[in-house]
Amino acid sequence: MIEAIGLTKRYGRTVAVDDLSFTVQPGRVTGFLGPNGAGKSTTMRMILGLDRPTAGRVLIDGKPYTELNRPLQTVGALLDAKWVHPNRSARAHLKWLAVSNGLPKSRVDAVLEAVGLTQVASKNAGGFSLGMSQRLGIAAALLGDPKVLLFDEPVNGLDPEGILWIRTFMQNLAAEGRTVLVSSHLLSEMALTASELVVIGRGKLITQSSTQEFIDRSTGNTVLVRSPQLFKLGPLLVDKGFTVRDGADGALSVSGATSDQIGDIAAANGVVLHELSPQRGSLEEAFMQLTGDAVEYHAEIGK
Amino acid sequence: MIEAVRLQKHYGKTKAVDDLSFSVRPGRVTGFLGPNGAGKSTTMRMILGLDTPTGGDVRIDGKHYAELKQPLTKVGALLDAKWVHPNRSARSHLKWLAVSNKIPVSRVKEVLEVVGLTEVAHKNAGGFSLGMSQRLGIAGALLGDPEVLLFDEPVNGLDPEGILWIRQFMHRLANEGRTVFVSSHLLSEMAQTAQDLIVIGKGQLIAQTSTEQFIADATQDTVRVRSPHAAKLREILAAHATVTDDSVSGSLVVHGIPAQQIGELAAENQIVLHELSPQRGSLEEAFMQLTKESVEYQAH
Amino acid sequence: MTLLAVERIKLFSTRSPYWCSALALVLGVGLTAIIAASTDNGQLSLGATQFGSSQLALSVVLVMAALAVTTEYRFSTIRATFLAVPNRTSALVAKTVVVAFIAAVLGEIIAFGSVGIAKVLSPASDLAITTGDEWRHVAGVGLLYGIGAVIAIAVGILVRQTAGAVAILLVWNMLLEGLIGIIPKVGVKIQAWLPFMNANHFLQLGGDNPAEQAGAGVDFKLSQWGSLGYFAAIAVALLVVALIVAKRRDA
Repeated sequence: MIEAIGLTKRYGRTVAVDDLSFTVQPGRVTGFLGPNGAGKSTTMRMILGLDRPTAGRVLIDGKPYTELNRPLQTVGALLDAKWVHPNRSARAHLKWLAVSNGLPKSRVDAVLEAVGLTQVASKNAGGFSLGMSQRLGIAAALLGDPKVLLFDEPVNGLDPEGILWIRTFMQNLAAEGRTVLVSSHLLSEMALTASELVVIGRGKLITQSSTQEFIDRSTGNTVLVRSPQLFKLGPLLVDKGFTVRDGADGALSVSGATSDQIGDIAAANGVVLHELSPQRGSLEEAFMQLTGDAVEYHAEIGK
Repeated sequence: MIEAVRLQKHYGKTKAVDDLSFSVRPGRVTGFLGPNGAGKSTTMRMILGLDTPTGGDVRIDGKHYAELKQPLTKVGALLDAKWVHPNRSARSHLKWLAVSNKIPVSRVKEVLEVVGLTEVAHKNAGGFSLGMSQRLGIAGALLGDPEVLLFDEPVNGLDPEGILWIRQFMHRLANEGRTVFVSSHLLSEMAQTAQDLIVIGKGQLIAQTSTEQFIADATQDTVRVRSPHAAKLREILAAHATVTDDSVSGSLVVHGIPAQQIGELAAENQIVLHELSPQRGSLEEAFMQLTKESVEYQAH
Repeated sequence: MTLLAVERIKLFSTRSPYWCSALALVLGVGLTAIIAASTDNGQLSLGATQFGSSQLALSVVLVMAALAVTTEYRFSTIRATFLAVPNRTSALVAKTVVVAFIAAVLGEIIAFGSVGIAKVLSPASDLAITTGDEWRHVAGVGLLYGIGAVIAIAVGILVRQTAGAVAILLVWNMLLEGLIGIIPKVGVKIQAWLPFMNANHFLQLGGDNPAEQAGAGVDFKLSQWGSLGYFAAIAVALLVVALIVAKRRDA
């Protein structure tokens, strides 16, 4: 569990992080979102004790990072994939890390297995693709079997297979009961990965909620209805006070009603349904609505 | 229009690109997909005349890149945002590009405006974040108002607003009748961006088709059904299709028959439906399916 | 003309050419100032004023010219250049012309600046430039720089890396050609055909004090202008090789 309480970081007169409070629960993947310059990296660095907060604090399982007895066995972080020595084998790299942190060497083979690098463990890391380096970085983060994991833009530079792998991997780590915090700009990817979100803008908390709730709250929900008897169903829905609009390909787009309500009305009136799909907004739409004015460089969208 | 005909690039014994033929049409955003090492970057460099093909040919509107008179007014490319001298200002970088192709220098100001870099135009590009470099690269590609645009991982380093912006921008460019060719690894992003796809693996063409068709061909459509009478409905549907349970949402996932038919069956049996949503496969599933097949095929 | 403008913008929109020019100026003119200040007033000869320009400052100019190409490779802007101007030969020739021209102008400034500072510091010495030989000795420095820049660019294109190109140019110019003279018998004969030796031969004042002339003791087969032509021919030949390689190579 990660807890930020009134976390603040100022650089001179610039307030990078401003009275930020949130908690990251174990057992799920939490996405950490915000526009450029929102203070995500600064917050991550403060979580890891690299930057000192101007005010407030951030605790990992109840303690600041600097007070952790065995920090690497509590927190694992992948902030940059390129932290590998090119002329050292993957196994040697991990062995060295394990020894320096007083971890049993058996962990090396365990984490190599976990990230799927066992077969290339004796090869020099310099010849690794970015995807393999990323896996090696994750292996290193996992060495101490930490309960808390931080990832910063983990899919950067990965190919589709690598992206799928890391998403599944993070979800598995969370399913094992670990706390997983992932910062990313790729909302379509985060919508698939994170079940919980912490969204910040200009150093302040915009919202903390589940991904589904976040989307539902800021995008209007509609239900797409298809039926050979729309002429009958449409007026019935209007009578109930729902808003009915013509959708694509002769479907109806109904807002103000749940699909359950519409299904009940259809059944009660003997209307055959061909489709009854609740339409959910995208994470991107929700994000754009909520962070609207917290953006650094505005490109001219209409131009 | 970009046309590759039996394009090949060999490095010694390695075939980076092997007998690759495809065409990229104007008026659409065409995605260029493939696993790492599939030959995408090499292909893009050959399109732009940076690398010489070992065999075959690639032309832009019938001409080789090197034959274009003022190439930047015909083709705009963003292959790597870091191809800028770090001690040169954004404005100077665009200025020399403009002068080299007899583009009026006033265009520099315009494109800086379009990508939102006006305020930092005098600053050295070396101090730019990846997102700002990316915007500068896009500005360079737009400078000559070209008909053909090539982007390699355009959303790299952009924040959500920038990602949305570039996606809408590419759509607009395609709607204006331009040819837009985008290479990316971010399939969830490409699914929203590209109307057509060219998919390669190990230097060879795996598919050239519309995004919709690509997904439809490689994945199975299912229908998600929720009903207060789930048990009864399950029994009825089992006679026609494969039905599995989704324990998380408490709904049924039906393979093998369309939503329409499920609706008819439910109505015949007076079963109330609370949801009846056709589920389409994702581009990612389709991509994994097809590239896996190509790998297996080559292994035999 | 367009391509020349492009290369001019590229060159002057970064700081390194300014720094290199300033350094060459300080080293070239500064060395002359030191020589002038440490020589008795009235004893300074015209030949001694060009020691800094033809040796020390030349090396800086060679480095500057090589950098103009190698930084393009280092930062991959060469690809942006080839995208904008797919005709690689014209793009690189334009760069060569601009850099060589600037090097030549810089050479003249350093050469005449050196004479100027010598006159100020040693007013009693006879430093007037009157004969054709004297004009060649001073004004020829610019030609030397221009041609030297072509060689440096050719090496830069071939090697692509700054460290490698700079090492080759400095070792070649400052060390290698001189060391060959150590080889018994044939050494001096070979020296007569080495490019930078010939370049220095071109500058020789031919006066009564051969000891202060670089390349003294070598029996050159060419006239002084012939030596310049030979130096230029080698520069052009190297450039042609470099252009052919650049054209065939993947960018």
